[in-house]
Amino acid sequence: MQVPAQFEYERATSVEHALALLAKYGPESRVIAGGHSLIPMMKLRLARPEALVDVNELTELSGIEVSGGELRIGALVRHAELLASAEAGALFPILADAERVIADPIVRNRGTIGGSLCQADPSEDLSAAFTAVRANAVIRGEEGTRTVPVREFFTGPYSTVVGPAELLVELRLPIREGSGSAYAKVGRRAGDWAVAAAGAELALEGADVAEAGIGLTAVGAPRFVAAEAEDFLRGGAASAERFEKAGFIAAGHCAPAADQRGPVDYKRHLVATLTTRALHRAAERAGG
Amino acid sequence: MDITVTVNGEPHRRTVEPRLLLVHLLRDDLGLTGTHWGCDTSNCGTCVVWLDDLPVKSCTVLAVMADGKQVRTVEDLGHGAELDPVQQGFVACHGIQCGFCTPGMLMTARWLLDHDPDPSEDVIREAISGQLCRCTGYENIVRSIRWAAVHPDGEPS
Repeated sequence: MQVPAQFEYERATSVEHALALLAKYGPESRVIAGGHSLIPMMKLRLARPEALVDVNELTELSGIEVSGGELRIGALVRHAELLASAEAGALFPILADAERVIADPIVRNRGTIGGSLCQADPSEDLSAAFTAVRANAVIRGEEGTRTVPVREFFTGPYSTVVGPAELLVELRLPIREGSGSAYAKVGRRAGDWAVAAAGAELALEGADVAEAGIGLTAVGAPRFVAAEAEDFLRGGAASAERFEKAGFIAAGHCAPAADQRGPVDYKRHLVATLTTRALHRAAERAGG
Repeated sequence: MDITVTVNGEPHRRTVEPRLLLVHLLRDDLGLTGTHWGCDTSNCGTCVVWLDDLPVKSCTVLAVMADGKQVRTVEDLGHGAELDPVQQGFVACHGIQCGFCTPGMLMTARWLLDHDPDPSEDVIREAISGQLCRCTGYENIVRSIRWAAVHPDGEPS
């Protein structure tokens, strides 16, 4: 029987209360929402927090809305809610593409968007999707609020810029005219982590790429970004040849590790293919 | 910690350690052993119960997180000899082999049919994709859930 070690538990009633509790219990405390990453890690003693601050009651963090030219997604939004959101799916189809292949429907009922990002698993799907669309993360601390681009959010595997007495409260996705997005993933079985996956957003101006965003997951891309492929695409034609070339560039500039999910050359092959595929779908959705 | 969890309509007050998992509260304390406990890693889905009307894997929910909430277990599906249509479907189509995954499958199937009364085979397969049947009896499980969709009121027992 797998049971976590002992810990203190507190249920926060507001963001301010959560921040006060995190300050009170110190750096060995953890925020818990869905708990679907944290509780299994606690069972295995991969994590052993002294205190859990439960933020499940903070309904102020649970909305999905369009405001100020951005799609705003509260950190406490469950995966199932994001997948079900017609507005989010229409503006950013990459989110529905990704959510459909994250874990399974039951896990998606509990797991949260903020939890997924803060877990910072190198194989996590939304990290690549939010990277592709250049989302911004809103972080609250007792001193105030700061906004960090998701591309600067991750500091390494399982590590983010969120401080011990801070809380990720919202993701903000800039809505761009004439853009489309898509996510493509290969996993070993339903609900599994990615062997490799690629997310893409394209903003088109006529037949040209005005801006490109590409996020990769599970293949050791620094901060999930395929920067060289984005640079190559920007300003050129939105053509099949260039999408294929961008895929090769992305494959060449990531650093997959050989493991039980496959050897390095196979993963690079997947990066090239999935990046090209995501770019095609993003271009179609952008109306290109 | 003092908690009150309403299980199948009945409130239970308990003093529990924060690390107690919901599945163990249900099975070991309340004696509701219909909820099975399998992989302990949120993969197999045999521990699925409803928490405030949503199916969840109770091996990955702390009992304290269910404080003040409603839990529905497989014991609440049928009433005596009167089985829920999904239970009847599992009988009619032999959706049960060893039976270990059955409680979780039933709870997910009931939720699916409450929200989508006429799901396609693909929708059913997606809905139960978080639940493992080690007998690999998925064909009959899918048929059983379809049976319940076609017989929403079941058959008189």
